[in-house]
Amino acid sequence: MPKQSSEAVIEIRGLYKSFDENHVLRGVDLDLYKGENLVVLGRSGTGKSVLIKILVGLLTQDEGTIKIFGKSTAGLSLKELNALRLRIGFSFQASALYDSMTVRENLEFPLVRNVKNLTRKEIDMRVEDLLDSVGLSKTINQMPSELSGGQKKRIGIARTLILNPEIMLYDEPTAGLDPITCIDINNLINEVQQRYQTTSIVITHDLTCAKQTGDRMAVLIEGKFKAVGGFEEVFHNAEDQNIQSFYDYNFIN
Amino acid sequence: MINLTNDKKPVLSKKIDKFFLGLYNAFSFVKRFFKEVWFPPYEFREIMRQCYEIGYRSLPLISLTGFIIGVVFTNQSRPSLAEFGATSWLPALISIAIVRAMGPLVTALIAAGKVGSSIGAEIASMKVTEQIDAMEVSAINPFKYLVITRVLATTLMIPVLVMYTDFVALMGAFVNVNQNELVSLSTFFVQVFEAISFLDIFSSIIKSFVFGFTIGIVGCYKGYTSNKGTEGVGQAANSSVVMSMFLIFIEELLALQIVNAIRYA
Ligand SMILES: Nc1ncnc2c1ncn2[C@@H]1O[C@H](COP(=O)(O)OP(=O)(O)O)[C@@H](O)[C@H]1O
Ligand SMILES: [Mg+2]
Repeated sequence: MPKQSSEAVIEIRGLYKSFDENHVLRGVDLDLYKGENLVVLGRSGTGKSVLIKILVGLLTQDEGTIKIFGKSTAGLSLKELNALRLRIGFSFQASALYDSMTVRENLEFPLVRNVKNLTRKEIDMRVEDLLDSVGLSKTINQMPSELSGGQKKRIGIARTLILNPEIMLYDEPTAGLDPITCIDINNLINEVQQRYQTTSIVITHDLTCAKQTGDRMAVLIEGKFKAVGGFEEVFHNAEDQNIQSFYDYNFIN
Repeated sequence: MINLTNDKKPVLSKKIDKFFLGLYNAFSFVKRFFKEVWFPPYEFREIMRQCYEIGYRSLPLISLTGFIIGVVFTNQSRPSLAEFGATSWLPALISIAIVRAMGPLVTALIAAGKVGSSIGAEIASMKVTEQIDAMEVSAINPFKYLVITRVLATTLMIPVLVMYTDFVALMGAFVNVNQNELVSLSTFFVQVFEAISFLDIFSSIIKSFVFGFTIGIVGCYKGYTSNKGTEGVGQAANSSVVMSMFLIFIEELLALQIVNAIRYA
């Protein structure tokens, strides 16, 4: 499955981030290549979410540089930052659906505010098309509170896809879901990669998900990427005790 | 938003720091409102929806409270006036009390409890569940969509509700006066309007705008700056009620001073 190109869409160098005395990221280096699904693994609280939030400007790093699409993100104006954000889809860990809006309104919300002069028909078509591609057309008039966890995840992903992002960032897409729904979501992530030609970072601590969706793995340990490579490469000759125990934990349970 | 943490400082000094920091942050929030309110997108639909919600949420309680206040206040004032044989002044006395003070105050306090708390809780829960972050990453300004719409809605709706409360309270007073002094509706309202001046109505409306703004901005501020976590939601609801009620009383006192200065100038 790996179909790497050598063109890096995201380049991270020497990234540091602390919250008071809590030193979360301590020198992160990472390249994300066009077209790949990169899985970021790590125990909870290691700063996986912090890392991707820095990428979209929800948090700012203390030190280090990030280049996205070859352009440094330092000193962007809000307008430039927003233009960049439109090219990046962010799927939140808890889906973050707008709970006062129906599924349809959730999908329309970013669309009508960012793409001007769409006709009602174009909006409806786009919304229905995306709902169809995540297999949830029938939920279009439901409220988020009426959906199951897996459905919420799918709607959340559909909502980020509506702006045609080139990069997708998935924050624990399978967390809190049953194993069968997990497989569905993993398949969806792979479909998205193929159909929309996205480059993705998938954060997870679930090795099944990692194996199914990842072209490459990167393991975040103590604020740094300790191992980067294919699944076998990372796990089958792991010298690092942390990585080994990560593997054991997932497959013994 | 500024955050200071310095473990070596004594507790009192930290508390003082925190107080001024809170003041600074609140001030910046208000400043941001006035900076951003003038520019598009205006989100008219959301403003209308909020106006409707505010009216819908507070009307039943305001109707009941307003009417009861009219009845009770009239009844309680009667003996004092009767001592001077001046019960015919009742409509005038009540009209002044309701239009100048009680209508705006009662409406604002009820709205602070019903509307302010729900704004605080709603925005805080949107923050906890990352809905605000979700807006931000899709290049939408959540301050515009959430804060400006709600503050405008409360600012516009409270004066409307105040006029309604005034009317309902006066009707309550009329029912009581009508039963005891056999005054007709038209006589009652003639006396009511003779007693109040343009300044009374004008200052009451201006005051109501200020109360409305206070309820909206405090609710939004408490929600927007709530600490992450589920208990933050309850705290935001609670503290927006306490804070806005406190500010409403301060504003009432200030308004009294200003209006009196104008009235007796
Ligand atoms: N906004 C924030 N303020 C303070 N601390 C934070 C914030 N966001 C995350 N953290 C801390 O950073 C660490 C990493 O968090 P996170 O990236 O969410 O972990 P995970 O790898 O499970 O996604 C945690 O210790 C968390 O408490
Ligand atoms: Mg996380």
